Amino acid sequence: MEEVRAMMAGNVWKIVVSEGEAVEADQDIVILESMKMEIPIATEDGGIVKEIKVQEGDFVNEGDLIAVIE
Amino acid sequence: MISKILIANRGEIAVRIMRTCKKLGISSVAVYSEGDKAAPFVQMADESYLLGPARVNESYLNVDRILDIAKRCGADAIHPGYGFLSENGSFAEKCEASGITFIGPTSQVMEMMGSKIEARKAMKTANIPIVPGTEDAVHSKEEAIEVAKSIGYPIMLKASAGGGGIGMQVVHSDEELLKAFENNAKRAESFFGDGAMFLEKKIDHARHIEIQILADKFGNAVHLFERECSIQRRNQKVVEEAPSPFLSETTRQRMGKAAVNAAKALGYTNAGTIEFLVDANENYYFLEMNTRIQVEHPITEEITGIDIVAEQINIANGNSLSLKQEDLTIKGHAIEARIYAEDPNTFFPSPGHITVFDIPKGENIRLESAVTSDYQVTPFYDPMISKLIVKGNTRQEAIQLLIHTLEKTKVEGIKTNIPLLLEIAQHHEYQAGNTTTSFIVDYLRPLKRK
Repeated sequence: MEEVRAMMAGNVWKIVVSEGEAVEADQDIVILESMKMEIPIATEDGGIVKEIKVQEGDFVNEGDLIAVIE
Repeated sequence: MISKILIANRGEIAVRIMRTCKKLGISSVAVYSEGDKAAPFVQMADESYLLGPARVNESYLNVDRILDIAKRCGADAIHPGYGFLSENGSFAEKCEASGITFIGPTSQVMEMMGSKIEARKAMKTANIPIVPGTEDAVHSKEEAIEVAKSIGYPIMLKASAGGGGIGMQVVHSDEELLKAFENNAKRAESFFGDGAMFLEKKIDHARHIEIQILADKFGNAVHLFERECSIQRRNQKVVEEAPSPFLSETTRQRMGKAAVNAAKALGYTNAGTIEFLVDANENYYFLEMNTRIQVEHPITEEITGIDIVAEQINIANGNSLSLKQEDLTIKGHAIEARIYAEDPNTFFPSPGHITVFDIPKGENIRLESAVTSDYQVTPFYDPMISKLIVKGNTRQEAIQLLIHTLEKTKVEGIKTNIPLLLEIAQHHEYQAGNTTTSFIVDYLRPLKRK
Protein backbone atom coordinates (compact mmCIF):
# COMPACT_ATOMS: atom_id res chain seq x y z
CA MET A 1 0.00 0.00 0.00
CA GLU A 2 1.29 3.44 -0.84
CA GLU A 3 0.12 6.73 0.58
CA VAL A 4 0.44 9.60 -1.90
CA ARG A 5 1.11 12.85 -0.03
CA ALA A 6 1.38 16.51 -1.01
CA MET A 7 5.00 17.56 -1.38
CA MET A 8 4.07 21.22 -0.81
CA ALA A 9 1.16 23.39 0.22
CA GLY A 10 -1.28 24.31 -2.54
CA ASN A 11 -4.72 23.91 -4.07
CA VAL A 12 -5.87 20.71 -5.71
CA TRP A 13 -6.27 21.90 -9.29
CA LYS A 14 -7.18 18.62 -11.00
CA ILE A 15 -7.71 15.03 -10.01
CA VAL A 16 -6.56 12.95 -12.96
CA VAL A 17 -7.47 9.40 -11.82
CA SER A 18 -10.60 7.81 -10.31
CA GLU A 19 -11.05 5.46 -7.39
CA GLY A 20 -10.79 1.87 -8.56
CA GLU A 21 -8.57 2.75 -11.50
CA ALA A 22 -5.36 0.82 -12.18
CA VAL A 23 -2.29 3.08 -12.21
CA GLU A 24 1.36 2.55 -13.09
CA ALA A 25 4.40 3.66 -11.14
CA ASP A 26 5.16 7.39 -11.69
CA GLN A 27 1.64 8.08 -12.96
CA ASP A 28 0.16 11.45 -11.95
CA ILE A 29 -2.64 11.24 -9.39
CA VAL A 30 -3.52 14.90 -8.87
CA ILE A 31 -2.19 18.23 -10.07
CA LEU A 32 -1.64 20.83 -7.37
CA GLU A 33 -1.51 24.53 -8.00
CA SER A 34 1.01 26.35 -5.86
CA MET A 35 2.52 29.79 -6.39
CA LYS A 36 1.02 30.02 -9.88
CA MET A 37 2.63 26.74 -10.94
CA GLU A 38 1.07 23.38 -11.68
CA ILE A 39 2.74 20.60 -9.74
CA PRO A 40 1.85 17.02 -10.72
CA ILE A 41 1.82 14.64 -7.76
CA ALA A 42 2.58 11.08 -8.87
CA THR A 43 2.47 7.68 -7.21
CA GLU A 44 5.78 5.91 -6.74
CA ASP A 45 4.25 2.44 -7.08
CA GLY A 46 1.70 1.01 -9.47
CA GLY A 47 -1.56 -0.51 -8.21
CA ILE A 48 -5.25 0.24 -7.81
CA VAL A 49 -6.43 3.65 -6.56
CA LYS A 50 -8.18 2.61 -3.35
CA GLU A 51 -9.18 6.02 -2.09
CA ILE A 52 -8.84 9.66 -3.09
CA LYS A 53 -8.83 11.86 0.00
CA VAL A 54 -9.18 15.28 -1.64
CA GLN A 55 -11.52 17.11 -3.97
CA GLU A 56 -10.73 19.61 -6.69
CA GLY A 57 -10.41 23.06 -5.13
CA ASP A 58 -9.32 21.71 -1.72
CA PHE A 59 -6.37 23.32 0.02
CA VAL A 60 -3.69 20.89 1.17
CA ASN A 61 -0.65 21.39 3.36
CA GLU A 62 2.74 19.78 2.83
CA GLY A 63 2.50 16.15 3.90
CA ASP A 64 -1.31 15.89 3.68
CA LEU A 65 -2.67 12.58 2.43
CA ILE A 66 -3.96 12.79 -1.14
CA ALA A 67 -4.65 9.19 -2.15
CA VAL A 68 -4.09 5.60 -1.18
CA ILE A 69 -2.82 3.13 -3.80
CA GLU A 70 -3.09 -0.60 -3.18
CA MET B 1 -4.07 66.71 -8.37
CA ILE B 2 -3.83 63.17 -7.05
CA SER B 3 -3.75 63.20 -3.24
CA LYS B 4 -4.68 59.63 -2.30
CA ILE B 5 -3.66 56.48 -4.19
CA LEU B 6 -5.12 53.03 -3.68
CA ILE B 7 -2.58 50.36 -4.59
CA ALA B 8 -4.37 47.42 -6.18
CA ASN B 9 -1.50 45.04 -5.59
CA ARG B 10 0.53 43.34 -2.88
CA GLY B 11 4.06 42.42 -1.85
CA GLU B 12 7.21 44.30 -2.74
CA ILE B 13 5.69 46.44 -5.49
CA ALA B 14 3.03 47.78 -3.10
CA VAL B 15 5.81 48.78 -0.68
CA ARG B 16 7.77 50.34 -3.55
CA ILE B 17 4.81 52.46 -4.71
CA MET B 18 4.02 53.60 -1.17
CA ARG B 19 7.57 54.82 -0.71
CA THR B 20 7.15 57.27 -3.59
CA CYS B 21 3.69 58.26 -2.32
CA LYS B 22 5.23 59.22 1.03
CA LYS B 23 7.99 61.16 -0.72
CA LEU B 24 5.38 63.11 -2.73
CA GLY B 25 3.07 63.69 0.25
CA ILE B 26 0.34 61.47 -1.21
CA SER B 27 -1.73 59.22 1.11
CA SER B 28 -1.53 55.51 0.34
CA VAL B 29 -4.26 52.90 0.67
CA ALA B 30 -3.48 49.17 0.82
CA VAL B 31 -5.99 46.49 -0.05
CA TYR B 32 -5.12 42.97 1.05
CA SER B 33 -6.33 39.41 1.20
CA GLU B 34 -6.71 37.23 4.27
CA GLY B 35 -3.45 35.56 3.23
CA ASP B 36 -1.59 38.89 3.48
CA LYS B 37 -2.87 40.19 6.84
CA ALA B 38 0.63 40.27 8.34
CA ALA B 39 2.39 41.56 5.21
CA PRO B 40 4.74 44.58 5.47
CA PHE B 41 2.83 46.50 2.77
CA VAL B 42 -0.35 46.43 4.88
CA GLN B 43 1.45 47.98 7.86
CA MET B 44 3.17 50.61 5.73
CA ALA B 45 0.01 52.07 4.16
CA ASP B 46 -1.75 55.07 5.66
CA GLU B 47 -5.02 53.10 5.44
CA SER B 48 -5.66 49.45 4.70
CA TYR B 49 -8.78 47.46 3.83
CA LEU B 50 -9.45 43.74 3.67
CA LEU B 51 -10.51 42.52 0.22
CA GLY B 52 -11.51 38.96 1.02
CA PRO B 53 -10.17 35.39 0.99
CA ALA B 54 -6.65 34.58 -0.19
CA ARG B 55 -7.57 33.33 -3.66
CA VAL B 56 -6.98 36.00 -6.28
CA ASN B 57 -10.48 35.90 -7.78
CA GLU B 58 -11.89 36.80 -4.39
CA SER B 59 -9.23 39.38 -3.58
CA TYR B 60 -6.70 41.01 -5.92
CA LEU B 61 -8.79 40.37 -9.04
CA ASN B 62 -12.08 41.40 -7.42
CA VAL B 63 -12.73 44.55 -9.48
CA ASP B 64 -16.04 45.53 -7.87
CA ARG B 65 -14.73 45.20 -4.34
CA ILE B 66 -11.56 47.20 -5.12
CA LEU B 67 -13.55 50.01 -6.78
CA ASP B 68 -16.03 50.05 -3.91
CA ILE B 69 -13.20 50.48 -1.38
CA ALA B 70 -11.56 53.17 -3.55
CA LYS B 71 -14.79 55.18 -3.69
CA ARG B 72 -15.59 54.81 -0.02
CA CYS B 73 -12.10 55.80 1.17
CA GLY B 74 -11.93 58.74 -1.22
CA ALA B 75 -8.95 57.59 -3.29
CA ASP B 76 -8.59 59.71 -6.41
CA ALA B 77 -6.27 57.30 -8.23
CA ILE B 78 -5.44 53.58 -8.42
CA HIS B 79 -1.95 52.26 -9.07
CA PRO B 80 -2.22 48.69 -10.37
CA GLY B 81 1.47 47.67 -9.99
CA TYR B 82 2.33 44.69 -12.21
CA GLY B 83 0.41 41.43 -12.74
CA PHE B 84 -3.17 41.16 -11.36
CA LEU B 85 -5.29 43.98 -12.90
CA SER B 86 -2.41 46.01 -14.32
CA GLU B 87 -3.08 45.09 -17.95
CA ASN B 88 -6.83 44.68 -17.68
CA GLY B 89 -8.43 47.24 -20.00
CA SER B 90 -11.92 46.85 -18.61
CA PHE B 91 -10.65 47.56 -15.08
CA ALA B 92 -8.99 50.77 -16.33
CA GLU B 93 -12.26 51.74 -18.01
CA LYS B 94 -14.29 51.10 -14.85
CA CYS B 95 -11.86 53.22 -12.81
CA GLU B 96 -12.27 56.14 -15.20
CA ALA B 97 -16.06 55.67 -15.25
CA SER B 98 -16.03 55.96 -11.45
CA GLY B 99 -14.04 59.19 -11.64
CA ILE B 100 -10.85 57.51 -10.39
CA THR B 101 -7.60 58.00 -12.29
CA PHE B 102 -6.04 54.75 -13.46
CA ILE B 103 -2.25 55.19 -13.31
CA GLY B 104 -1.37 53.67 -16.66
CA PRO B 105 -2.16 53.98 -20.36
CA THR B 106 -5.64 54.10 -21.92
CA SER B 107 -7.71 50.92 -21.98
CA GLN B 108 -7.63 50.89 -25.81
CA VAL B 109 -3.82 50.70 -25.98
CA MET B 110 -3.75 48.14 -23.16
CA GLU B 111 -6.17 45.90 -24.98
CA MET B 112 -4.33 46.18 -28.27
CA MET B 113 -1.01 45.27 -26.64
CA GLY B 114 -2.68 42.54 -24.56
CA SER B 115 -3.34 40.61 -27.74
CA LYS B 116 0.07 39.55 -28.99
CA ILE B 117 -1.34 39.10 -32.50
CA GLU B 118 -2.76 42.66 -32.56
CA ALA B 119 0.44 44.04 -31.01
CA ARG B 120 2.56 42.44 -33.76
CA LYS B 121 0.32 44.05 -36.40
CA ALA B 122 0.51 47.47 -34.75
CA MET B 123 4.31 47.33 -34.48
CA LYS B 124 4.65 46.23 -38.09
CA THR B 125 2.57 49.27 -39.09
CA ALA B 126 4.89 51.47 -36.98
CA ASN B 127 7.88 50.01 -38.90
CA ILE B 128 9.28 48.14 -35.90
CA PRO B 129 10.86 44.80 -36.89
CA ILE B 130 8.85 41.82 -35.61
CA VAL B 131 9.90 38.17 -35.24
CA PRO B 132 9.03 36.34 -38.50
CA GLY B 133 5.79 34.44 -37.96
CA THR B 134 2.03 34.33 -38.53
CA GLU B 135 0.00 37.51 -39.08
CA ASP B 136 -3.22 36.06 -37.73
CA ALA B 137 -4.32 33.39 -35.26
CA VAL B 138 -3.75 29.80 -36.35
CA HIS B 139 -6.98 27.88 -35.80
CA SER B 140 -6.07 24.20 -36.02
CA LYS B 141 -3.09 21.91 -35.72
CA GLU B 142 -3.38 21.12 -39.44
CA GLU B 143 -3.10 24.82 -40.26
CA ALA B 144 -0.18 25.14 -37.83
CA ILE B 145 1.73 22.36 -39.61
CA GLU B 146 1.11 24.10 -42.93
CA VAL B 147 2.37 27.47 -41.63
CA ALA B 148 5.37 25.84 -39.91
CA LYS B 149 6.63 24.75 -43.36
CA SER B 150 7.09 28.36 -44.43
CA ILE B 151 8.61 29.57 -41.13
CA GLY B 152 10.98 26.64 -40.55
CA TYR B 153 11.79 24.89 -37.25
CA PRO B 154 12.58 25.58 -34.46
CA ILE B 155 9.36 27.49 -33.82
CA MET B 156 7.85 29.18 -30.76
CA LEU B 157 4.22 28.28 -30.35
CA LYS B 158 2.52 31.05 -28.39
CA ALA B 159 -0.84 32.00 -26.95
CA SER B 160 -2.00 35.43 -28.16
CA ALA B 161 -3.27 36.29 -24.68
CA GLY B 162 -0.36 34.58 -22.92
CA GLY B 163 1.93 35.81 -20.21
CA GLY B 164 4.36 34.45 -17.65
CA GLY B 165 5.43 31.71 -20.05
CA ILE B 166 2.00 30.04 -19.98
CA GLY B 167 0.70 28.66 -23.30
CA MET B 168 4.17 28.95 -24.83
CA GLN B 169 6.41 26.13 -26.08
CA VAL B 170 9.37 25.61 -28.40
CA VAL B 171 8.77 22.92 -31.02
CA HIS B 172 11.36 21.34 -33.30
CA SER B 173 9.26 19.12 -35.59
CA ASP B 174 5.77 18.50 -37.00
CA GLU B 175 5.38 15.76 -34.43
CA GLU B 176 6.16 18.08 -31.49
CA LEU B 177 3.94 20.81 -32.91
CA LEU B 178 1.00 18.37 -33.27
CA LYS B 179 1.38 17.34 -29.62
CA ALA B 180 1.86 20.85 -28.29
CA PHE B 181 -0.81 22.75 -30.23
CA GLU B 182 -4.05 21.64 -28.60
CA ASN B 183 -2.49 21.27 -25.18
CA ASN B 184 -1.27 24.88 -25.13
CA ALA B 185 -4.46 26.22 -26.71
CA LYS B 186 -6.41 24.53 -23.92
CA ARG B 187 -4.14 25.95 -21.23
CA ALA B 188 -4.40 29.43 -22.73
CA GLU B 189 -8.17 29.09 -22.84
CA SER B 190 -8.35 28.07 -19.18
CA PHE B 191 -5.81 30.67 -17.93
CA PHE B 192 -6.67 33.66 -20.09
CA GLY B 193 -10.11 32.86 -21.51
CA ASP B 194 -8.64 33.06 -25.03
CA GLY B 195 -7.17 30.04 -26.80
CA ALA B 196 -5.93 31.89 -29.92
CA MET B 197 -2.47 30.62 -30.90
CA PHE B 198 0.21 31.89 -33.26
CA LEU B 199 3.65 30.81 -34.43
CA GLU B 200 6.97 32.67 -34.41
CA LYS B 201 10.41 31.68 -35.64
CA LYS B 202 12.58 30.72 -32.66
CA ILE B 203 15.58 33.04 -32.67
CA ASP B 204 18.65 31.08 -31.60
CA HIS B 205 21.17 32.50 -29.10
CA ALA B 206 18.75 35.35 -28.52
CA ARG B 207 18.95 37.93 -25.81
CA HIS B 208 15.95 39.52 -24.20
CA ILE B 209 16.52 43.27 -24.16
CA GLU B 210 13.78 45.74 -23.36
CA ILE B 211 13.44 49.51 -23.56
CA GLN B 212 11.74 51.55 -20.83
CA ILE B 213 9.68 54.42 -22.14
CA LEU B 214 7.73 57.28 -20.58
CA ALA B 215 5.10 59.19 -22.53
CA ASP B 216 2.79 62.03 -21.52
CA LYS B 217 -0.69 62.99 -22.78
CA PHE B 218 0.73 65.68 -25.09
CA GLY B 219 2.64 63.36 -27.43
CA ASN B 220 6.03 63.72 -25.71
CA ALA B 221 7.96 60.51 -25.16
CA VAL B 222 11.44 59.54 -23.97
CA HIS B 223 13.24 56.25 -23.44
CA LEU B 224 15.29 55.39 -20.35
CA PHE B 225 17.64 53.04 -22.20
CA GLU B 226 17.60 49.28 -22.04
CA ARG B 227 17.45 46.45 -19.55
CA GLU B 228 18.98 43.12 -20.41
CA CYS B 229 16.76 40.36 -18.99
CA SER B 230 18.12 37.28 -20.72
CA ILE B 231 18.77 35.14 -17.65
CA GLN B 232 15.50 33.24 -17.29
CA ARG B 233 14.06 30.02 -15.97
CA ARG B 234 10.74 28.64 -17.27
CA ASN B 235 10.54 31.75 -19.51
CA GLN B 236 10.55 34.00 -16.45
CA LYS B 237 13.29 36.46 -15.62
CA VAL B 238 15.74 35.72 -12.82
CA VAL B 239 18.61 38.24 -13.17
CA GLU B 240 18.40 41.55 -15.04
CA GLU B 241 20.93 44.27 -15.64
CA ALA B 242 21.25 47.74 -17.12
CA PRO B 243 22.86 48.66 -19.38
CA SER B 244 23.20 45.51 -21.51
CA PRO B 245 26.77 44.20 -21.67
CA PHE B 246 26.18 43.30 -25.32
CA LEU B 247 24.64 46.22 -27.21
CA SER B 248 26.79 48.60 -29.20
CA GLU B 249 26.07 52.30 -28.72
CA THR B 250 24.66 52.46 -32.26
CA THR B 251 22.15 49.66 -31.62
CA ARG B 252 21.26 51.14 -28.22
CA GLN B 253 20.37 54.44 -29.88
CA ARG B 254 18.44 52.74 -32.68
CA MET B 255 16.40 50.58 -30.31
CA GLY B 256 15.66 53.55 -28.07
CA LYS B 257 14.44 55.57 -31.04
CA ALA B 258 12.37 52.63 -32.30
CA ALA B 259 10.68 52.32 -28.89
CA VAL B 260 9.91 56.05 -28.72
CA ASN B 261 8.51 55.97 -32.26
CA ALA B 262 6.35 52.97 -31.38
CA ALA B 263 5.01 54.75 -28.28
CA LYS B 264 4.14 57.82 -30.35
CA ALA B 265 2.53 55.75 -33.12
CA LEU B 266 0.35 53.97 -30.56
CA GLY B 267 -0.61 57.17 -28.75
CA TYR B 268 0.83 55.54 -25.67
CA THR B 269 0.75 57.32 -22.30
CA ASN B 270 2.47 56.65 -18.96
CA ALA B 271 5.32 54.16 -18.33
CA GLY B 272 5.69 51.18 -20.61
CA THR B 273 8.25 48.68 -21.78
CA ILE B 274 8.90 47.36 -25.24
CA GLU B 275 10.54 43.95 -25.18
CA PHE B 276 12.81 42.86 -28.01
CA LEU B 277 14.68 39.71 -28.91
CA VAL B 278 18.17 40.55 -30.10
CA ASP B 279 20.20 38.02 -32.13
CA ALA B 280 23.98 37.55 -32.20
CA ASN B 281 24.29 40.14 -34.98
CA GLU B 282 22.38 42.79 -33.02
CA ASN B 283 19.27 42.46 -35.17
CA TYR B 284 16.30 43.23 -32.93
CA TYR B 285 12.71 42.06 -33.19
CA PHE B 286 9.64 43.25 -31.27
CA LEU B 287 8.47 40.64 -28.79
CA GLU B 288 5.73 42.30 -26.75
CA MET B 289 4.83 45.48 -24.96
CA ASN B 290 4.16 45.63 -21.23
CA THR B 291 1.73 48.43 -20.51
CA ARG B 292 2.63 48.84 -16.83
CA ILE B 293 5.56 49.19 -14.47
CA GLN B 294 7.96 46.24 -14.71
CA VAL B 295 9.31 44.09 -11.90
CA GLU B 296 12.85 45.07 -12.93
CA HIS B 297 12.27 48.85 -13.15
CA PRO B 298 14.69 49.59 -10.23
CA ILE B 299 17.81 48.90 -12.32
CA THR B 300 16.74 51.66 -14.73
CA GLU B 301 16.13 53.98 -11.78
CA GLU B 302 19.60 53.19 -10.45
CA ILE B 303 21.44 54.07 -13.69
CA THR B 304 19.33 57.11 -14.65
CA GLY B 305 18.47 58.55 -11.22
CA ILE B 306 14.81 58.76 -12.20
CA ASP B 307 11.93 57.64 -9.94
CA ILE B 308 9.69 55.87 -12.46
CA VAL B 309 6.71 55.66 -10.08
CA ALA B 310 6.91 59.43 -9.49
CA GLU B 311 6.96 59.95 -13.27
CA GLN B 312 3.89 57.70 -13.62
CA ILE B 313 2.00 59.81 -11.08
CA ASN B 314 3.13 63.03 -12.75
CA ILE B 315 1.88 61.84 -16.14
CA ALA B 316 -1.41 60.57 -14.64
CA ASN B 317 -1.87 64.04 -13.13
CA GLY B 318 -1.97 65.38 -16.68
CA ASN B 319 1.39 67.13 -16.49
CA SER B 320 3.82 67.14 -19.37
CA LEU B 321 7.10 65.22 -19.13
CA SER B 322 9.81 67.26 -17.50
CA LEU B 323 12.52 64.98 -18.93
CA LYS B 324 14.24 65.65 -22.23
CA GLN B 325 15.97 62.84 -24.10
CA GLU B 326 19.21 64.78 -24.43
CA ASP B 327 19.42 65.21 -20.63
CA LEU B 328 19.22 61.48 -19.94
CA THR B 329 22.45 59.56 -19.47
CA ILE B 330 23.57 56.19 -18.12
CA LYS B 331 25.59 56.37 -14.91
CA GLY B 332 27.15 53.12 -13.72
CA HIS B 333 25.79 49.60 -13.91
CA ALA B 334 22.94 47.98 -11.97
CA ILE B 335 21.94 44.34 -11.53
CA GLU B 336 18.73 42.91 -10.05
CA ALA B 337 18.53 39.37 -8.68
CA ARG B 338 15.01 38.07 -8.07
CA ILE B 339 14.71 36.01 -4.93
CA TYR B 340 12.17 33.25 -5.42
CA ALA B 341 10.74 30.93 -2.78
CA GLU B 342 11.60 27.81 -4.73
CA ASP B 343 13.94 24.88 -4.97
CA PRO B 344 17.15 26.15 -6.63
CA ASN B 345 17.48 22.98 -8.71
CA THR B 346 13.96 21.88 -9.70
CA PHE B 347 12.37 25.38 -9.52
CA PHE B 348 9.43 23.84 -7.65
CA PRO B 349 7.74 26.33 -5.30
CA SER B 350 8.62 26.30 -1.63
CA PRO B 351 5.97 28.09 0.41
CA GLY B 352 6.31 27.99 4.19
CA HIS B 353 7.51 29.86 7.24
CA ILE B 354 10.60 32.08 6.83
CA THR B 355 12.35 32.07 10.16
CA VAL B 356 15.34 34.21 9.17
CA PHE B 357 15.47 36.75 6.34
CA ASP B 358 18.66 38.71 6.58
CA ILE B 359 20.17 40.52 3.60
CA PRO B 360 23.11 42.84 4.32
CA LYS B 361 22.45 46.56 3.98
CA GLY B 362 24.99 48.93 2.54
CA GLU B 363 25.93 51.50 0.00
CA ASN B 364 24.77 50.63 -3.51
CA ILE B 365 22.58 47.81 -2.18
CA ARG B 366 18.82 48.24 -2.60
CA LEU B 367 16.35 45.68 -1.32
CA GLU B 368 12.72 45.56 -2.43
CA SER B 369 11.11 42.98 -0.20
CA ALA B 370 7.67 41.51 0.37
CA VAL B 371 8.78 39.56 3.43
CA THR B 372 10.66 39.76 6.74
CA SER B 373 12.04 37.29 9.28
CA ASP B 374 9.32 35.22 10.99
CA TYR B 375 6.93 35.47 8.05
CA GLN B 376 4.60 32.97 6.40
CA VAL B 377 4.94 32.68 2.60
CA THR B 378 1.60 31.37 1.31
CA PRO B 379 1.12 29.23 -1.81
CA PHE B 380 -1.49 31.60 -3.26
CA TYR B 381 0.72 34.04 -5.14
CA ASP B 382 3.88 34.35 -7.21
CA PRO B 383 7.02 32.83 -5.65
CA MET B 384 9.02 36.08 -5.94
CA ILE B 385 9.55 37.32 -2.38
CA SER B 386 12.25 39.96 -2.83
CA LYS B 387 14.49 41.73 -5.29
CA LEU B 388 18.09 42.50 -4.54
CA ILE B 389 19.45 45.40 -6.60
CA VAL B 390 23.12 46.34 -6.62
CA LYS B 391 24.99 49.11 -8.34
CA GLY B 392 28.60 49.74 -9.31
CA ASN B 393 30.63 52.16 -11.39
CA THR B 394 31.30 49.26 -13.73
CA ARG B 395 29.64 45.92 -14.46
CA GLN B 396 32.50 44.13 -12.74
CA GLU B 397 32.00 46.17 -9.57
CA ALA B 398 28.27 45.46 -9.58
CA ILE B 399 28.86 41.71 -10.02
CA GLN B 400 31.37 41.66 -7.14
CA LEU B 401 28.92 43.48 -4.87
CA LEU B 402 26.15 41.04 -5.86
CA ILE B 403 28.34 38.03 -5.04
CA HIS B 404 29.47 39.56 -1.77
CA THR B 405 25.89 40.40 -0.73
CA LEU B 406 24.47 37.01 -1.69
CA GLU B 407 27.24 35.23 0.19
CA LYS B 408 26.33 37.11 3.36
CA THR B 409 22.59 36.64 2.90
CA LYS B 410 20.81 34.34 5.33
CA VAL B 411 17.35 33.01 4.56
CA GLU B 412 16.11 30.10 6.64
CA GLY B 413 12.88 28.11 6.91
CA ILE B 414 12.07 27.84 3.21
CA LYS B 415 14.04 26.99 0.10
CA THR B 416 15.09 29.88 -2.12
CA ASN B 417 16.96 30.26 -5.40
CA ILE B 418 19.82 32.14 -3.70
CA PRO B 419 22.30 29.29 -4.41
CA LEU B 420 21.36 29.54 -8.11
CA LEU B 421 21.75 33.33 -8.10
CA LEU B 422 25.25 32.91 -6.71
CA GLU B 423 26.13 30.30 -9.32
CA ILE B 424 24.99 32.69 -12.04
CA ALA B 425 26.94 35.67 -10.68
CA GLN B 426 30.09 33.57 -10.24
CA HIS B 427 29.92 31.90 -13.64
CA HIS B 428 32.68 32.97 -16.04
CA GLU B 429 30.24 33.11 -18.97
CA TYR B 430 28.00 35.49 -17.01
CA GLN B 431 31.00 37.58 -16.02
CA ALA B 432 32.06 37.66 -19.68
CA GLY B 433 28.60 39.02 -20.59
CA ASN B 434 27.53 35.92 -22.52
CA THR B 435 23.95 36.14 -21.39
CA THR B 436 21.36 34.55 -23.63
CA THR B 437 17.87 33.32 -22.80
CA SER B 438 19.17 29.74 -22.62
CA PHE B 439 21.95 30.60 -20.14
CA ILE B 440 20.57 28.59 -17.20
CA VAL B 441 19.82 25.56 -19.38
CA ASP B 442 23.13 25.80 -21.27
CA TYR B 443 25.45 26.24 -18.31
CA LEU B 444 23.75 25.42 -15.03
CA ARG B 445 20.57 23.34 -15.18
CA PRO B 446 20.38 21.26 -18.36
CA LEU B 447 16.85 20.12 -19.20
CA LYS B 448 16.07 16.53 -18.30
CA ARG B 449 13.90 14.63 -20.72
CA LYS B 450 11.27 12.33 -19.19
